[in-house]
Amino acid sequence: MKLLIKNGRLIDPAGAVDQIMDILIENGRFREIAKSIKKISGCPTIEAKDMVVSPGFIDMHTHLREPGQENKESIESGARAAVHGGFTSIACMANTEPVNDNRSVTEYIIARARQVGLVNIFPVAAVSRGLLGENLVEMADLVEGGAVAFSDDGHCVMKADLIRKALEYAKMLDVPIIEHPEDHSISAEGQVNEGFISYKYGLRGMLKAAEEVIVARDLILQERIQSRLHLTHISTAGSVELIRNARKLKTPVSSDATPHHLLLNEELVQSYNPVYKVKPPLRTEADRLELIRGLQDGTIDCIASDHAPHTRDDKDKEFEFAPFGVIGMETSFAVVFDRLVRRKLLTINRLVELFSTNPARVLGLKNRGRVKTGFPADLTIFDPKKRFKIEEKEFRSKANNCPFLGWEGQGAVAHTIVSGNIVYSFKTR
Amino acid sequence: MDEKIKAKIMDDKKMKRTFQRLAMEILEQNREAENLVLIGIQTRGVHVARRIQQLVKELENIEIPLGILDITMFRDDLHKHEQQPAVKKTQIDFSIEDRDIILIDDVVFTGRTIRAAMDSIFELGRPASVQLAVFIDRGHREMPISPDFKGKYLPTSRRERVKVMLQEIDGKDQVLIMEPKGF
Amino acid sequence: MKERTFRQDHLLGIEQLSVGDIETILETAEAFIEVSSREVKKVPALKGKTVVNLFFENSTRTRSSFEIAAKRLSADLINFNSSISSLKKGETLKDTVLTLEAMNPHIIVIRHSASGSPHYLTTFARSSIVNAGDGFHEHPTQALLDALTIQQRLKTLRGLKIAIVGDILHSRVARSNILLHHKLGNEIALIGPPSLVPLEFEKMGARVHYDIRRGVKDADVVMMLRVQEERGAKNYFPSIREYRNRFAINREIFALAKKSAILMHPGPINRDVEIETSMADGEHSVILQQVTNGIAVRMAVLYLLKGEIHEALN
Repeated sequence: MKLLIKNGRLIDPAGAVDQIMDILIENGRFREIAKSIKKISGCPTIEAKDMVVSPGFIDMHTHLREPGQENKESIESGARAAVHGGFTSIACMANTEPVNDNRSVTEYIIARARQVGLVNIFPVAAVSRGLLGENLVEMADLVEGGAVAFSDDGHCVMKADLIRKALEYAKMLDVPIIEHPEDHSISAEGQVNEGFISYKYGLRGMLKAAEEVIVARDLILQERIQSRLHLTHISTAGSVELIRNARKLKTPVSSDATPHHLLLNEELVQSYNPVYKVKPPLRTEADRLELIRGLQDGTIDCIASDHAPHTRDDKDKEFEFAPFGVIGMETSFAVVFDRLVRRKLLTINRLVELFSTNPARVLGLKNRGRVKTGFPADLTIFDPKKRFKIEEKEFRSKANNCPFLGWEGQGAVAHTIVSGNIVYSFKTR
Repeated sequence: MDEKIKAKIMDDKKMKRTFQRLAMEILEQNREAENLVLIGIQTRGVHVARRIQQLVKELENIEIPLGILDITMFRDDLHKHEQQPAVKKTQIDFSIEDRDIILIDDVVFTGRTIRAAMDSIFELGRPASVQLAVFIDRGHREMPISPDFKGKYLPTSRRERVKVMLQEIDGKDQVLIMEPKGF
Repeated sequence: MKERTFRQDHLLGIEQLSVGDIETILETAEAFIEVSSREVKKVPALKGKTVVNLFFENSTRTRSSFEIAAKRLSADLINFNSSISSLKKGETLKDTVLTLEAMNPHIIVIRHSASGSPHYLTTFARSSIVNAGDGFHEHPTQALLDALTIQQRLKTLRGLKIAIVGDILHSRVARSNILLHHKLGNEIALIGPPSLVPLEFEKMGARVHYDIRRGVKDADVVMMLRVQEERGAKNYFPSIREYRNRFAINREIFALAKKSAILMHPGPINRDVEIETSMADGEHSVILQQVTNGIAVRMAVLYLLKGEIHEALN
């Protein structure tokens, strides 16, 4: 099995490559990367002229809902959504039913992912049993079973002592702890960012401080522990500043931001439309702009979608009663490319780092996020000129809770290639 | 609707004489003037009623009580309007029980306003009698209603409008027939 | 006489009303006061229209006020009382409303603990929606009846200083009043502890005071809000006792307001908590007049909305 990609602009920051290259794939791996590779008769060929060829995109924060809530999403529908959005690898969070806090659930997810094929799925296991914040999971056993990271995600590890021990123990295993920074005693019943908008519209607020006190706490602990700490979907200017300062002190920390926090602000909740109800909440315009600066100056390493599918009925409710979350895998690249790269806020090369190089490094995915001979052939090929319109009917996800519906722009995924297989092409549909 | 004047029917002098005749007729037909009450229909009917009240006072030196009636809530065409018509005040500071009511409006046309006014009055009590006085009767009745006293009968076509202008509102007394522009 | 226009399909909040709309409602309400003083307190304006009172919170006073208002306009009225807990467990709000709408009502009056619920209804309902209080957000008819009361007593709605005292953070009455008096250009003072009166409220056109004496000084209107004990339980203040000592209105503090000042309260009052009991019944208190005016204002709102069945937004 061979596949040849010709005349694309290969951008591979990990290999310091940005030039027109031909790529030959054989048996699921990169066979040859060279300025010109002769066409081979009988070998399928992708003509990638005027397109960008990137190491496969990796979404390090998704919710696939299986096992347990297959009415919202399943490993299969999630995988289809992922490749539609250009992702070749995704990491899925532990808040399934049952919770992914033991090896059998991790192995189940991996087995299902293999049956489905399409995309590489890397389970993130819980930090604490049952996500209850009390006792550590069997981390070593879970790593052997295939878990690549640990996170209590939305629950946040509220006990400082427990996150300390988790970071210490994970250091031995060389796996990251992913923290969703939110002090629940402050955010409590909050629905939206706390401030003028929440006060005016009578919605309970979540102070930015609820996020920042956990960011600060974890960074202080990490200063001594020097484990692998990843802060996910940071949303405030204060968090960016705390991470920036920690970096100066050489404290090991990585972080990601979501497309919705990068492109939307709290003003949208004035409509009381629950599609804008997310955690952390959409913040102010000043926060949004600081997140973009964080991407530019390297403080924030990755863009992750926090793809959180819900059924239509779940979200068709009073704002207060609707669940938090938006879907994102299918729109992340398009909206970020159009609104940040095309408007010159990010370079294409930085985008590739944020979507591929860095998530591979943060999750410790060996041989991914890089186009190198012998590595698994995961590629995302996109056309910077192709126009898109985000429409519900195009979604492969079971859900439609997308805040970008109706958005139009330029820049679309042309082909998603996982282990040498073309799993998505815009032309084939 | 753009309108233009078709004809001037009365000037201030003519109107004054008509008001005087109306007041005299009302007194003539109602021996017990003490039992009379005047009820003017918002808005122009109120001013017509005030004129009559004043003339009666000049003629007989009696003050007939005057009430103000807004019939908006009793209209039969509320459902036909784009927006709800403005509700104005009803102010009747006396009991109408067993009194002889002179209901007063500027113009009687289809009779629907008078129908609504009667409904409204009967929500307020049971008068001994109700008589109708109007300044202009322009015909085209759609209800079995006929004025007991009228200043003038003025045959009109349906598309025309009779405008009773009064000093208190318009700065001068006159009666005009208006017609839509373009006819 | 100029004819006013009122082109709202719903009454969601004061936020959506123009000054002209507010004046139209108040003028119409003035006309309806007379109806309530009649022997037969009924006019046929909404004959054949159906009003649904859809209440997910207990509120006998607001519900009764809307009920009387609807009945005095000759509308048919059904009360649909439910609880939030049943809403969470059983039928959703959308299904409840779609079921009710299958019976072709013209106006739905909704009281709900979740802010924005009436706005949510307008995305699918065909009836006119009247907000009778949504969460901490708005309670527009309360602010309108307060305005009517102020106008009756002070003969004007302009150039006034309005002092609102208490739990601003959780008060829909406060928000609607702030919006209304800001639109009319009045001075607004908000008084309470910082935990219940965040400074950001100043962006709504008010001044925040932590000292009740300063806030009430020279006020034309002193509006007291009901203080809920559960706020104490959540540490918004240490105890009712301490709250009373700092933020209750009494004669001495009220004397700092203008001589003509009036004392208002949306009810139900906590005697001797936020309001000294003799003040509640005193000559400055307009609390019962507020209740009476509530009917006229709600009649005006129901009349002006008319209850035309329209196309849902989507």
